[in-house]
Amino acid sequence: MIDYFNVYIIVLIALLICVIMAIIRVVRGPTAPDRIVGLDTINTIVISSMVIFGAAFREVIYIDVAIVYALLSFISTLFIAKYLEGGDY
Amino acid sequence: MLEFIFDLITYIFLIIGVFFNLLAGLGLLRFPDVYTRLHAGTKCTTFGSIFITGSVIILGFKMWYLGNTDGSVLAIHTAGALIAILLTNPTGAHAIARAANKSGVKPVGAVVDGLDKSNKKIINDKKEEKK
Repeated sequence: MIDYFNVYIIVLIALLICVIMAIIRVVRGPTAPDRIVGLDTINTIVISSMVIFGAAFREVIYIDVAIVYALLSFISTLFIAKYLEGGDY
Repeated sequence: MLEFIFDLITYIFLIIGVFFNLLAGLGLLRFPDVYTRLHAGTKCTTFGSIFITGSVIILGFKMWYLGNTDGSVLAIHTAGALIAILLTNPTGAHAIARAANKSGVKPVGAVVDGLDKSNKKIINDKKEEKK
């Protein structure tokens, strides 16, 4: 069979292409919610690529970082959305 | 034999996950307005991430089956990451859509905004016309 490590490197390059597409949307986006959608997509792809890193190097600590990153990015997305809504907090 | 089946399922899950993540990036670039981009950017990445983390969970089960006890830790922690993604991603998408609607972004091709309270009379009139 193919070596696991090479497979995961290929998967990570594909995920990097997705991140680059989302960055193009963040830069070009005509309105503010467009940019937020791009950032949210980047967050999710970074979480899954951290899980892939953990599997490639057989280290569990990367996956723990992914869990914490997921929860923190969720909170930041919620607060940016709250800011876009306007009004008082 | 069982090892080969584990490998096969892992590769198939990885291919499905990467395919859907690529579709999410393409949809972000090609769709015309915020709501359709949100649809592509959140649903596709959630589905793809489910399959990518699922492949890592199956890798952990395979390591466990071969006698390496680190595999169980890998599988359980990856399941935790999967639960975090499943809980947070749709909620964030809902918050972004609500914020976009409240900050006045209209969908492409929309004639009447149905969620705006001041348009209630127009919508009711149209419904009565249809009856």
